[in-house]
Amino acid sequence: MSNTKTKLKGNLKQYTMLIALVFIIIMFQILTGGKLLKPMNVSNIVFQNAYVVILAVGMLLCIVTGGNIDLAVGSVITLVGACAGTFIISWGWNTYLSIGICLLLGVFLGIWQGFWIAYVRIPAFIVTLSGMLVFRGLGLLVLNGMTIAPFPADYMSLSTGFVNDFIGTIEIAGKKLNLTCMLVGILLCMAVCVMQVAGNQKRKSKGYTSEKGSILAVKLVVICAALMGFFTLLAQYRGIPTVLIILGILLLVYSFITTKTVMGRHMYACGGNEKAARLSGVKTQRLLFLSYVNMSFLAAVAGLVFAARLNSASPQAGQGFELDAIGACYIGGASAYGGVGTVSGTLIGALIMGVLNNGMSIMGISSNTQQVVKGLVLLGAVAFDILSKQQISLPFMKGSKKIGTESAKA
Amino acid sequence: MSVSSFQTREEGHLSNTILQMHDITKTFPGVKALDQVNIEVTEGEIHAICGENGAGKSTLMNVLSGIHPYGSYEGDVIYQGKECHFKNIKDSEKLGIVIIHQELALVPYLSIAENMFIGNEQSSHGVVNWDMTNQKAEEHMAVVGLHENPRAMIKDIGMGKQQLVEIAKALAKNVKLLILDEPTSSLNESDAKNLLDLLISFKKDRGITSIMISHKLNEIAYCADKITVIRDGQSIETLDRAVDEITEERIIKGMVGREMTSRYPQREHNIGDIALEIKNWSVHHPEFRERKVVDNVSINVRKGEVVGIAGLIGAGRTELAMSVFGHAYGSSISGEVYIDGQLVHLNTIPKAISAGLAYVSEDRKGNGLITSNSIKHNLSLARPEFISEKGILDKDLETNLTGEYREMLGIKAPTVEQLVSNLSGGNQQKVLVGKWMFAQPDIMLMDEPTRGVDVGAKYEIYQIINDLVEQGKSILMISSELPEILGMCDRVYVMNESKIIAEMSSEEASQEAIMGCIMQDSKGEIGA
Repeated sequence: MSNTKTKLKGNLKQYTMLIALVFIIIMFQILTGGKLLKPMNVSNIVFQNAYVVILAVGMLLCIVTGGNIDLAVGSVITLVGACAGTFIISWGWNTYLSIGICLLLGVFLGIWQGFWIAYVRIPAFIVTLSGMLVFRGLGLLVLNGMTIAPFPADYMSLSTGFVNDFIGTIEIAGKKLNLTCMLVGILLCMAVCVMQVAGNQKRKSKGYTSEKGSILAVKLVVICAALMGFFTLLAQYRGIPTVLIILGILLLVYSFITTKTVMGRHMYACGGNEKAARLSGVKTQRLLFLSYVNMSFLAAVAGLVFAARLNSASPQAGQGFELDAIGACYIGGASAYGGVGTVSGTLIGALIMGVLNNGMSIMGISSNTQQVVKGLVLLGAVAFDILSKQQISLPFMKGSKKIGTESAKA
Repeated sequence: MSVSSFQTREEGHLSNTILQMHDITKTFPGVKALDQVNIEVTEGEIHAICGENGAGKSTLMNVLSGIHPYGSYEGDVIYQGKECHFKNIKDSEKLGIVIIHQELALVPYLSIAENMFIGNEQSSHGVVNWDMTNQKAEEHMAVVGLHENPRAMIKDIGMGKQQLVEIAKALAKNVKLLILDEPTSSLNESDAKNLLDLLISFKKDRGITSIMISHKLNEIAYCADKITVIRDGQSIETLDRAVDEITEERIIKGMVGREMTSRYPQREHNIGDIALEIKNWSVHHPEFRERKVVDNVSINVRKGEVVGIAGLIGAGRTELAMSVFGHAYGSSISGEVYIDGQLVHLNTIPKAISAGLAYVSEDRKGNGLITSNSIKHNLSLARPEFISEKGILDKDLETNLTGEYREMLGIKAPTVEQLVSNLSGGNQQKVLVGKWMFAQPDIMLMDEPTRGVDVGAKYEIYQIINDLVEQGKSILMISSELPEILGMCDRVYVMNESKIIAEMSSEEASQEAIMGCIMQDSKGEIGA
């Protein structure tokens, strides 16, 4: 009983943000007169936020391992986009070769930053601030300050296209449904169910604590309903966006790394208390280094996706993206001090930001006002987090407790 | 401060008594740090407070200076005949009580003058008058014999001079009662002597009363008029130079004269071959590379043996243990480590762990535990390979295995999911020890394994140590509590000022012998 209680408490933060997301979706669905969840707009939300989610997952690892952020990701996007444009459009190189080189470039930029941060011990804020200037400058040099466009079709299809409908469409109740999309949705639901049930059975057979059948059933029904709802909406438009596949793979891989591997565990330990982790045999410097290499690699992926979305390599691409990614992590429950944060939380954080953006745009709210709202949402989410964790009462609240405890020192 | 926060108290007020502390009792969660302590200080004397580490000396001074505010302790503080209810350090400073802590509270990148007047700025309408600041600083510096430019930065002057700045800072606050916590612990011989002479001259020329906490008994014998001995949170006796003969032996007797009842569980002694041998081990400070913190140390630990390293804080014991543990501390480390007779090169922590070493840190919150994580994540941290295959965790196995350790260690928590930050100090310490038991080492370097833990939990940790050595493991235990060393160890090394100065069997070892050894070695510091 107390076990489930502590577990519930631990997950409460993530659930509250999920509830907040659902609330925001419903609110905008009403405010926009049902336009938010129109099939075409759902596809749009996926396209608009793909790069933020990719960046946020990388940023999460930086935040978890040390409470650090990477300010340079927006500039990496510019530089990678510039290189992709130059290789593919100006020089006419093979698309796949160019993509490969651009990803390698991302890794190289990460090695550069990670070296200074992890091994020379320069604060991450300073190194990445420098990277922000240097990489953007390099991007501008490559582009000579001009925009290159358009990309060839094979490049575009990688991230702005849709998965081919192998099966065809059917019409139900006057709506065309993409069958491939529906099939993938059904397969995913089945995979989730099989994995959850099998895992639970395995636990039961080994005598470990397992979930109650009824709770598991409710959980699975909710997950399947959400998945099917999402895929049905996609199916009514043009099916599965290609970028969704990239996103799905990244999300699966990174939540596996963070929750199921020793390396992931070490990252949380490193962020929780670097000294203690080091004295427990964790290679803290290497983890810090790897998290920045990974961040720049993912920024390169995001840069390629974003260039395809713009259908150009632009000197302005990626400006301010680092802040979207950082915001998504913090809204999703990552701690600014490191050691806390999840991939699923980050996804929710990114979606909250994305739906806010999209909903307000549909309502015709000016981008100036949008910034104000987004800023306040970020502050509110983190303030809620801190207040709920530390049980601090603000001075104007009644019956305020004193902050901090005395420490014994004799 | 409002006048009502202290009231006049007529009875028991002697004209020349500046301070009385009556039946002071202070408890921290799980620990009674002070138990009805009494102390009386006469105006214009140097009053020394002696006791072992953890006896409660610093806590007593924190009560006096308002760091532990009125209401958080029981008993009365009567200063200049008035009962005081200090809410914070500002209140006590207004009455001329100034405390100088062991770790100096100076800002390295500010000048001497700026440091001297922090919180006490020489200003009018919020604008600092720098001419006045520097001039006044020079006046106070002249009194303490500090010949420096008041504009020099603190980081650029030596430790001895920094200590003088602290004292000058106290003068700037119109000090009447000066409290010094281990004032000479980081000073060299001549600086320490200067400081003590300065206190004596303050007493003679200005009538300033000093309370001095010190471990260095020769210094106390040199300058103190009265000595109050505190042991286990109780005031044992006060020696008066006018009445008693003050010698180091007499002070030691007061400090350690405690009964040794069954506070330490019995174990079977089954001592085998040498498990760990350290030869000619020298370590330099990681930043001040010319400073040797461990000097040519050679020690060994046998299988099934608990070996203690006794010594004062700062003797180099932690540095020795951490440098052996995969070079976790220090620079230009030299010497050899043998495990089971084999020469090993443990230059990283993972190598040390796989060689079967473990280091239980003295600082459980700073270096030991990840308090924001659960018990199970902490327990499995040092050896994730026991709960994973090819780098992929088996979380169910982890929950079960760590659950077994929780039961075995008696960690009081409903489940292993509990966050370590929610546990009491004693239970946190058990998690820390448990983390290293989970790693299944052969040799455990335990640094203050019972620090900040109450008596009951101490006993349980001793029991765990006994179980480990009965399984044939070796324990090297660093402790600043002599009774613990004597109660637990088969053999004791005494370390002082970076060197091993003695080795004693459990029969030879006694508190007098160990303290005497350290005193003997520290002699010559003061012209005694």
